Amino acid sequence: MFGFSFRQRKPSSAQTAKERLQILLAHERTSNSGPDFLPLLQRDILEVVRRHMDVDGDAVDIKLERSDDLSSLEINIEMPGLRKTA
Amino acid sequence: MSKVIVVTSGKGGVGKTTSSAAIAAGLAMRGHKTVVIDFDVGLRNLDMIMGCERRVVFDFINVIQGDAKLKQALIKDRRLENLYVLPTSQTRDKDALTTEGVKAVLDELREEFDYIVCDSPAGIERGAHLAMYYADEAVVVTNPEVSSVRDSDRVLGLLNSKTFLAEKGDGSAVKAQLLLTRFDQNRSANGEMMSVQDVLEILAIPLLGIIPESTSVLKASNEGTPVSLDEKSPAGKAYMDAVGRLVGEQIEMRVNPGEQRRGFFQRLLGRTA
Repeated sequence: MFGFSFRQRKPSSAQTAKERLQILLAHERTSNSGPDFLPLLQRDILEVVRRHMDVDGDAVDIKLERSDDLSSLEINIEMPGLRKTA
Repeated sequence: MSKVIVVTSGKGGVGKTTSSAAIAAGLAMRGHKTVVIDFDVGLRNLDMIMGCERRVVFDFINVIQGDAKLKQALIKDRRLENLYVLPTSQTRDKDALTTEGVKAVLDELREEFDYIVCDSPAGIERGAHLAMYYADEAVVVTNPEVSSVRDSDRVLGLLNSKTFLAEKGDGSAVKAQLLLTRFDQNRSANGEMMSVQDVLEILAIPLLGIIPESTSVLKASNEGTPVSLDEKSPAGKAYMDAVGRLVGEQIEMRVNPGEQRRGFFQRLLGRTA
């Protein structure tokens, strides 16, 4: 806080350390087990999708983006069936 | 009533053993009957820091496995009347520690001692887990550095979930306090090192003490003397202050006890204390 008001141009390395920790720990505290659930989620989604259409193993792509105040889970499902008919 | 205090950190090399020795010696100096136990099975070091490495005959593991009586394994300190050391094994590994064995030893020690200080190994595996499992209080040793703070946060999570008190489920919790070690006031004032306030803001636990970076810590370990016995050392004084707070006294937070005060920094600390 002090470093900020006095030297606005460049935050001190201590300030950087603090901010990095705050962001990281906010995530680590909420998702206790970390992103370990992603492969499981991917498997489950694929299983559900397969009940309705014929897709192959790598048709589901899951990404977790983490930033300061927003985390987003991006799920992409490639649907080959539709492409063929189009 | 006796208290079991675990000295833990997650990260290695931050000063757990130094702090365990200094705190145990400080408690004994204040007249409390104290024992300090080494939980770092296979990497015994507390005996060296306490200066009793040549007096180890039986150890913690021998007692757990019934090969020796607790009284045979306890080493009485030659400097302080109320201080005992329970060394660990240098040849076994951490699988030799069992939950029941640790409980039995702690229960026996509780009958005789006021304070039982458990020096945890680094990491979060068996040895560290059992060192904290039966604790009433925890001293979380942290350096003002990103990896140490992150690991301390992880350890705080474990103290809140993987301990006997946490598992009771009646709202009991291990009382955890922060011991900030290797703190350099000048580097922090220059913005090169996180401030006491920064670390407190991140970890959000009460501050037990600030141990300044000090040459006397290495000197004390070279000589096998707990640094709190070095009354001239700023680190030794800071440990004695921390011990006072640990037993419930109100002691003003100072960065360098005995040194000249620095207005700017003292103002910062005045708020956090």
